[in-house]
Amino acid sequence: MWLAPALALLTAFLVYPSLDTLRRSFMLGRSDNFAGLSNYRYIFENPEPFVADAHAAILTNVLWLVGFTVVTVGLGLSIAVLAGRVRYEAAVKSAVFIPMGISFVAASVIWRFMYDVNPAVGTVNAVLTSAGMGRTAWLQSEASPQTWLTDLGPETLPPPLQINNFALIAVGVWIWAGFATVVLSAGLKGLPSEILEAARVDGASESQVFWRIVVPLMRPTIAVVATTLVIQALKLFDLVWVMTGGRFGTDVIATLYYKQAFVFRDFGVGAALAVVLFLWIVPVMLLSLRNFQLQEEIR
Amino acid sequence: MRARSVANIMRRVPVHLVAFGVIVVWSVPTVALLVSSFRDPSAISATGWWNALTSPRDLTLDNYFAVLSQRNIGRGFVNSLLISMPGTALSVMVASLAAYAFAWMKFPGRNALFLLVVALLVVPLQMTLIPVLRLYTEWAIDVPVPILGGRLFGTSSFPGIWLAHTAYGLPFAIFLLRNFFGSLPREVLESAHLDGAGDMRIFFRIVLPLSRPAIAALAIFQFLWIWNDLLVALILLGDPTLAPITLAISNLVSSFGTQYQLLTAAAFVSMALPLAIFFALQRYFVEGITAGAIKG
Repeated sequence: MWLAPALALLTAFLVYPSLDTLRRSFMLGRSDNFAGLSNYRYIFENPEPFVADAHAAILTNVLWLVGFTVVTVGLGLSIAVLAGRVRYEAAVKSAVFIPMGISFVAASVIWRFMYDVNPAVGTVNAVLTSAGMGRTAWLQSEASPQTWLTDLGPETLPPPLQINNFALIAVGVWIWAGFATVVLSAGLKGLPSEILEAARVDGASESQVFWRIVVPLMRPTIAVVATTLVIQALKLFDLVWVMTGGRFGTDVIATLYYKQAFVFRDFGVGAALAVVLFLWIVPVMLLSLRNFQLQEEIR
Repeated sequence: MRARSVANIMRRVPVHLVAFGVIVVWSVPTVALLVSSFRDPSAISATGWWNALTSPRDLTLDNYFAVLSQRNIGRGFVNSLLISMPGTALSVMVASLAAYAFAWMKFPGRNALFLLVVALLVVPLQMTLIPVLRLYTEWAIDVPVPILGGRLFGTSSFPGIWLAHTAYGLPFAIFLLRNFFGSLPREVLESAHLDGAGDMRIFFRIVLPLSRPAIAALAIFQFLWIWNDLLVALILLGDPTLAPITLAISNLVSSFGTQYQLLTAAAFVSMALPLAIFFALQRYFVEGITAGAIKG
């Protein structure tokens, strides 16, 4: 009786639809006929790379997964340590945390404005121009201000390593660093200060204390933060959708899924993309479930 | 002595510089948006927003009048409220009932069922949206609801999207609340049982009042998630007159991508409420995040 509403909703919106999506991924999109693995073959053989490049989207997602997670965790930890050393710690943390309250949509508007091509409008280009680097060739082959969101970068680099993907990842980091900072900072506060003091008394340098003691002791917290960020990176949709619409080689699985399923109306390929998305979240799910069980045992 | 403290201060200069750098890098984008939203359209496209800091007299509210009266932004703001508030209330209610059962009632398969619920945390929404959309179009109940301006159920209804957001938020909500309910002192609940209080009474009189911080944190999270959602509304709300503000802005971006006077004002309208909540209730928010940092 207590559980009935929750279980009914979970079944109707999560359990049953997931199974149905799995079924649909083996069906032809528009006709409901069995299609075997043809939807998956469509994704992995990539016959129409100019319409919907599934290979590029998967690689871009991998770039997000690695780049976004590593940079956000690294920055979060650095800012947490740094903030702990100044008296205005709260101010630093609030400043970094504010973007967490902003929607991806609003953040996208903010950063489209920051990245504007015109150095008299876009702040990033204005800063670069005044530092004398605005019209360099190292970002773009023609000598012009940087068009952050459409620029593919030097052709020597393979597809996902594009300037615009890094520009988008920077926005993701700007949004999520606050989460990492706040959680990691809480973890830092929980470290036994005697151990750190003892190490310092024994003559360990600050960097030794950090790498040999703080980081290993923080590993469970870092794991929780990293898992959350990985899931965010895999499911990423809004940011790319509003900033570039997935054009100029910025598509990720979730934007491609949206296009296939709801723009091209091919539910079969869309469902197969959702299953791909789900399948690479499973290992992360097992990890976070294990973390959860560990917590239970500690309690 | 003095030389030493000067040296000490000098040594700490880099730390302060970096700390200030962090504050600047993280606040400039938002400040730029805010300042620009008060500038004249011609000024925005001619000179950088930082120029407005030296001539504050040129600021204007026109952009806000413009977006609120046209472009669906005012309507979107109201829709966002009509979606987020009932959605939040509904999910807190459903989740707290279930969390109580998982924490304090004994029934076979309890732990397995709870694990299953937690496992649903990481099912990506994408995995569910196609069938749910099918369900909404096939089972649409075409009864007009005058107050809410939509239908009773389907892709042009608020109840439809409340249910969807509630369901999608449940795994995290149940997880968070169960952990909190489970940490309440066992003796209090047991003595209430011995005094003859039923589950209903214990739930409403003891558990809910004691859990106010956790419920507040959950409600804030849920509200912000629903308010900031784009994907669910994009797919499950077919009726443009019901679109929340995120969807309205997203459409504005694709049709007026560089009209920053409209975009900045619209974005700030959408941020104002979450930011206000955020500043007012930051304590709960941070507590909640550090307590259950695994929402998928």
